[in-house]
Amino acid sequence: MADEIATADPSTTPTEELDKLVIRFAGDSGDGMQLAGSRFTDASALFGNDLATLPSFPAEIRAPAGTLPGVSSFQVQIADFDILTAGDAPDCLVAMNPAALMKNLKDLRQGGTLIVNTDTFDERNLDKAGYESNPLDDGTLEGYRVIKVPMDELTKEAVKETGVSGRNVLRSKNFFALGLMAWLFHRPTEPTIEWVEKKFAKIPEVAEANKAAFQAGYTFGVATEATKTTFEVKPAALREGTYTNINGNTALAWGLITASRKAKLPLFYGTYPITPASDILHELSRQKNFGVRTFQAEDEIAGVGAAVGAAFAGNLAVTGSSGPGIALKSETISLCFMLELPMIVINVQRGGPSTGLPTKPEQSDLLFSLYGRHGESPVPVLAIASPSDAFSMAIEAVRIATKYMTPVILMSDNQIANGSEPWLLPDISEIPDIEVGFVTKPNGPDGTFLPYMRNVDTFARPWAVPGTAGLEHRIGGLEKEAITGNVSYDPANHQLMTDTRAWKVANIANDIPQLEVDGDEGAKVLVLGWGSTYGSIRAAARRVRLEGREVATAHLRYLNPLPNNLGDVLRSFDKVLIPEMNTGQLLKVIRAEFLLDASGLNKVAGEPFKVTEITDKILEMVE
Amino acid sequence: MTSPSYTRADFQTDQEVRWCPGCGDYTILASVQMFLAGLGRPREEFVFVSGIGCSSRFPYYMNTYGMHSIHGRAPAIATGIATTRPDLSVWVITGDGDGLSIGGNHLIHVLRRNVNLKIILFNNQIYGLTKGQYSPTSEVGKATKSSPFGSLDYPFNPVSLALGAEATFVARTLDMDRNHTQEMLQKAYEHEGSSFIEVYQNCNVFNDKAFIQLTGKEERVHNRIDLEHGKPVVFDDGSKAVVMRGGQAEIVDSSSVDPKAILVHDETREDPSIAFALSRLSHGPYGPTPLGIFRNVKRPAYDKEVNVQVAAAQEKLGTGDLDKLIRSHGTWTVGAGSHNGGSSNGSGS
Repeated sequence: MADEIATADPSTTPTEELDKLVIRFAGDSGDGMQLAGSRFTDASALFGNDLATLPSFPAEIRAPAGTLPGVSSFQVQIADFDILTAGDAPDCLVAMNPAALMKNLKDLRQGGTLIVNTDTFDERNLDKAGYESNPLDDGTLEGYRVIKVPMDELTKEAVKETGVSGRNVLRSKNFFALGLMAWLFHRPTEPTIEWVEKKFAKIPEVAEANKAAFQAGYTFGVATEATKTTFEVKPAALREGTYTNINGNTALAWGLITASRKAKLPLFYGTYPITPASDILHELSRQKNFGVRTFQAEDEIAGVGAAVGAAFAGNLAVTGSSGPGIALKSETISLCFMLELPMIVINVQRGGPSTGLPTKPEQSDLLFSLYGRHGESPVPVLAIASPSDAFSMAIEAVRIATKYMTPVILMSDNQIANGSEPWLLPDISEIPDIEVGFVTKPNGPDGTFLPYMRNVDTFARPWAVPGTAGLEHRIGGLEKEAITGNVSYDPANHQLMTDTRAWKVANIANDIPQLEVDGDEGAKVLVLGWGSTYGSIRAAARRVRLEGREVATAHLRYLNPLPNNLGDVLRSFDKVLIPEMNTGQLLKVIRAEFLLDASGLNKVAGEPFKVTEITDKILEMVE
Repeated sequence: MTSPSYTRADFQTDQEVRWCPGCGDYTILASVQMFLAGLGRPREEFVFVSGIGCSSRFPYYMNTYGMHSIHGRAPAIATGIATTRPDLSVWVITGDGDGLSIGGNHLIHVLRRNVNLKIILFNNQIYGLTKGQYSPTSEVGKATKSSPFGSLDYPFNPVSLALGAEATFVARTLDMDRNHTQEMLQKAYEHEGSSFIEVYQNCNVFNDKAFIQLTGKEERVHNRIDLEHGKPVVFDDGSKAVVMRGGQAEIVDSSSVDPKAILVHDETREDPSIAFALSRLSHGPYGPTPLGIFRNVKRPAYDKEVNVQVAAAQEKLGTGDLDKLIRSHGTWTVGAGSHNGGSSNGSGS
C-alpha cells in the first residue's frame, strides 16, 4: 500500500499539453541518474505513454566524482503517439552538477527547461568541469528556462527524520529530482512510491528517506511554483493489450527461454562477462527454474566451446558477447559450422576496434559477422531492430539454427541492449512450437548411422545425441565425407561439402519473410537500414512526409542470407540511402551483391543517429 | 536390464588407425578399449572429446560418441557436455601441446571446477603432428626443428600443474604398461569430478626413447617409483625409499633410515602439499619418477552442483511460467475502457 503523498493540487499552475517530451537526467556516476531515469520511465509507461529510452554511462565504474568522464545520463522520450526513438534534443535537462551541465547543455533544445542542483556549483566542482566562471550567473544559461534548486540542502532537510546518516543522506537526492520532475510533468507518483517500498523493504530507513526526498521534490514544485507552467503528455493510443517496458538484453534473454520451451530443448548459455552483453547472463542466471544452465567460463573461447559441447549433447546452446569476445570465438564458430550443430551467437555490438567504446553503440561488426571466419563458413546472420524485437528475433534465430543445423549470429548493439520501450506482450500460447527431432534410429544400410545424410529439403544433417543406442558416431573439424561423415581428404568431396554447406545456408532465403517496404507510392528514394537504426530511420521518414516529400523505408532483419526480393526492391527505386553506425558496411555488401550505386550515411560517434541527421540527408536526396 | 557384454572389438571403429607404426598411442587406445569393454556400461553413454594433435585423433577410433574439436578446447567443449548431461561418461583426450600450451587455460579451470571429466593427457614431450617442435614439457636445451640451438623454455611438470590447479584426482602412468594404465583408468572412472591422468607416451619418430628410464629393461627397476595408497613409498627392489624432510620429498637408501620414517602414501590426504612434493621428485622421466595416483580426494563435482541448483530452483518456484516471466517487470493495459486518448498523428519522433 502506497503512502499518501502530498499531491497538493498542481493545477494552480497552468498546464500545457504536449504531444511528446524529451527528458534527460544527468549527473555524476554516483548520483543515481540511471535509477531516476528508469523510475520516470516506468511511471510514464504505467501512465500509458509511448516511450523510448537511451541510457548513457561511462565505461569506468566510478570515475572521479565531479569530473566530465564521470557523467552518467539517462534520456527518455514520452509521447501520446507511437514514437520510434529516445529523441534528438531534450526539452528538459536535469543537471546535478557542473560536469553534467557542461557535458549536456549543448544538447538541450533552445528555450528548454533546465533544472540545476545549485549546491554543487562550488569552485572545486566548477573547476573539475572546466568552467572558468559560474554558468549559473555568467549568462551561459540565457535562452533556457532555468529552475535553480539547492537540492543538497533540501534533501538533507527532507530526510532529517528518517534515520539515514552520513553519506546516505545525499544519496536520496535523485529522488528529490524525480519528485520535482513528477510535479513538473504530471507523472503519477504511486508507481515510484510502491517501487521504493518494495525495493528497500529490507532497509526501511532508506525507503523512508527516498520517499521523503521524492515528496520534498514534488512539494518544492507545488510550493514555489517553480515554473509558470507545468506540462502534460497524455497517454498514447497504443494498440489494445497488455504492455511492459523492456530493454533489449532482457527481451533477448526471455526470447531464448521461450524458444527453449517451444523447442523442448534445455537452454545452455556459455559466456564470459563483457559490456554490454553481461546483462543477458545476469537475467538467464536468475531463471534456473526454467531449466536454464548458465556457465560463466574462464574466457570467451571456453564460453563458446562449452556451448558447442552442449549443442552436441542435445541442448539449445547459446553464447553471447560483444565484438572483442566474438573475435575470440571465431575459430569455434567455424568449428560449429563444420560440425553442423545448432548454436546461437549473440553479438551485442559496441564501439570498436579493440576495447573501443565499451558503453556506446556502434554497428561496426557487420562485415565481421558475415565474413570474419577462416575458410568458407557462411553463417546465417540476423539483426534485432529494437529492444522488444529482441524477443521474437531470438526465437527466430533458434528456429533457423535448429531447423538447418547451423550456428546463427544474432546481432544486437548497446542501444538495443540498454534502451527500452513498451512491449505489447505476446500470447505465449500462440507462438508456434519449434520442431526439433532428434534422430533415434539408424538411417543407413544394415543398421548403420550416417551422420551427414541430409534432409532433402533443408540440407540439414540429423541430430543424434549421445546416449542414443546404435547411433554412436564421431564428428570433428576435419573435412568429412558426404553422407558417412568419415574423415576425407578427397578433392571432389571437399568441393561438394563446401558447396553443400553454402547451399544449405543460402537456401534459408526461401524460409524467411520477404523484405517489406514501408512508404509512399511513387517514392524515388528508399532508405534501407538494419539493426538499431530502425527507429531513427522511420522517424526521419515521418518528418520527410510532414515536409510533403515522399520516401520509402525498408529494414533488414536478415543479413545472411538476404531476403529473396531485396534486389528487386532496391532496383525499383532511383536512389537508395543506407544509414549505418559504421563507415559503410551494409553499403559495401549491397554494392557487391547487387552492383547498385547506393549511398551511405555514416556515423561512428558513439551515439545513435539524430533523427534530423537522417531527415536532412533524405531531403537532400529527394530534391 | 542386464549390462551389455562387450569385447574390445565393440569399441573399435571401421576407420583405419593412422598413427605412425610403433607409436605409443596404439597401446593407450588398446588399454582404453579393453578397459571400457570390461565396464559393461552401454557404449552410447561414452563421449570422447579431443583437441588437435596426434593423440587427438583418438575419438575417430572409438566406437562411442565423439568429437575431434579444435586445438586446446576439448576441456571447454567437454564441460558443456558433462554439465548438461550428467548421465554420460565424458572423456577428454589431449596432449602436452594441446592441453598444456594452447589449451592450458581450459585445463586448469576445468580441474579447479572439478567437472566430471576423465582427462587423459598423452605426454610425449614433443609436437608430433606439426613434425617435431619442442613442447611445453620438452626439456631445456632440447634441439628440435624450432630450437636448433636448444630449447630455452622451462618445462611444465603436468602432475605439479594439475595439483596446483586444485585437481581432485591426479595420476601418472606409462603407455607401455597396460595393466597399470587400466588400473589408473578404473580409479579415474570411479572418481567423481575431474580425473587427470598423465600418460608418458613414446613418440618413436620425433622423440624416441624419451621414457627409457622408466621403460628400459635395465633402467626401470631403478627409476620406477610406484605409488600405492597406504603403503610405504619404496622402489628399486626396496633398496630406495622416499622420506619427507623439511616439507620436501627426498630419496634415501632404505637401509639408512628408520622404516617408520619412510613416507606412507596417502592419496586421500586433503592437503595437496605431500602429493606436490612427490611430484617434484623428478621434473621429467630422467631418473627416479613416481607413477600411480598422487591425489584422490572428494569435492563436489561442478556438473552435479549445476543440476542441483536447477532442481532446487524448480522445487522452489516450479518449472517456470512464461506468461508470468514476461509480466514480471510490471505491466499496464491499454484497452477499450482505458485512458488512451492520444492521437496517432505522428510528428516525426
